[in-house]
Amino acid sequence: MFRSVFALLRRDLTLALRRPQDALTVVGFFVVVVALFPLGVGPDPEFLRTLAPGVLWVAALLATMLSLERLFSDDYRDGTLEQLLLVPEPLGLLVLTKTAGHWLITGLPLVLISPLLAVQLNLGAEEILILMLALLLGTPILSLIGAIGAALTLGLRGGGVLIALLILPLYVPPLILGSGAVDAVMHGASAQAHLSLLGALLAFALFATPWATAAALRIMLD
Amino acid sequence: MSERGIQWFRFTAPANFYDLAGRMIPWFAGLTVILFVIGLYLGLVVAPPDYQQGDSYRIIYIHVPAAWMSMFLYVLMAVYAGIGLVWRIKMAEVMAKAIAPTGALFTFLALWTGALWGRPTWGVYWVWDARLTSELILLFLYLGYMALHAAIDDRQRAANASAVLALVGVVNVPIIYFSVQWWNTLHQGASITVTEAPTMATIMFVTLLIMTLACWMYSIAVVLARARIEVLERERRARWVRERLEGET
Repeated sequence: MFRSVFALLRRDLTLALRRPQDALTVVGFFVVVVALFPLGVGPDPEFLRTLAPGVLWVAALLATMLSLERLFSDDYRDGTLEQLLLVPEPLGLLVLTKTAGHWLITGLPLVLISPLLAVQLNLGAEEILILMLALLLGTPILSLIGAIGAALTLGLRGGGVLIALLILPLYVPPLILGSGAVDAVMHGASAQAHLSLLGALLAFALFATPWATAAALRIMLD
Repeated sequence: MSERGIQWFRFTAPANFYDLAGRMIPWFAGLTVILFVIGLYLGLVVAPPDYQQGDSYRIIYIHVPAAWMSMFLYVLMAVYAGIGLVWRIKMAEVMAKAIAPTGALFTFLALWTGALWGRPTWGVYWVWDARLTSELILLFLYLGYMALHAAIDDRQRAANASAVLALVGVVNVPIIYFSVQWWNTLHQGASITVTEAPTMATIMFVTLLIMTLACWMYSIAVVLARARIEVLERERRARWVRERLEGET
């Protein structure tokens, strides 16, 4: 079982590394969206600092959402997905593997580039640390929830726009908790409550969403 | 089973459902009108002004029922969607799809009347309070459900895919319900709970119940009417449809 999971993960990562522009586009989008905010609301450092947690999180949300369409669509087009449905391993596990691959390719780079953007938005050292921790816990949730939407819109006309309507409402809890953690530190409080809840959300999403995604895939490939 | 007992499963057959719904809709529509007339008379004329909010509180008679309905209907829709998904009962799929627009309407009404109520009491139309935000998300969930249903051409696949979405979205309902307890925000706590006596005058409470009942009757009538049309569309090639439609004209 672990061998097939490992093989699938390695395949996805290899494919991504052979075409690094896909992952880089997502990071580029993240950076550009964040960079637009100071231009839009003015360069006042104090104001940018208050805005920073929300801006970074919303940008991460949008960047993740943009990359979701590709999560299953390439495999769907070349028939790999149908083969995966026939594999004896539980489909939920394979979906989880693919989602993990998606997070490694798109979510993790966002976490790694976020300190640079946080410095630009005038965040302090401790706030940056909490921001990274929150993103580290939060971006996998975004990938996991997003996988449901990606599966439900598989092969539909205008799937990209539809995915936004389906998924963004479900992204609200991680957004509130994630930006709330940074906000708490900024006001001298502890971020532990927010981070614990994010962790709980991640645990729940890890357990529940792969099955929903697997069900959605079965329906769409029926 | 005795022959006199009601055979509930009979009505999962589209033709029987169509006939039954056709007979029931006028009754529910009539009850809707009667209850709304009584409720609005009690609410706007008989019930006394609130000691704090004066007359502006009267919007409660539509705001609270609408908010309740928005949550009940979502759960009901998810239950029907789940039944359709698991047991492949066609009528459950039809009902789930038929409930969505009414649920969205009540969610919108709750938000809108809330905004109109918020202005005189809070001084603003909208705040990013936990309950308001989660109710707004509920509206997006309804819209997403309907959009996904509309985007998939294959009827069976559309029903199944949107059923998954409806079930995933159910997590939002307890968030709305408990939001006023979990977060101490601007929206007031519940005045009516199952376990305690209502903290409002009896006449206000009775009026609120009548208005809620009116909203239920309205929902049932409209949902059944919509489900009836949906059944006709689904079964348009069946013989019973031709028989019924020729009989009517």
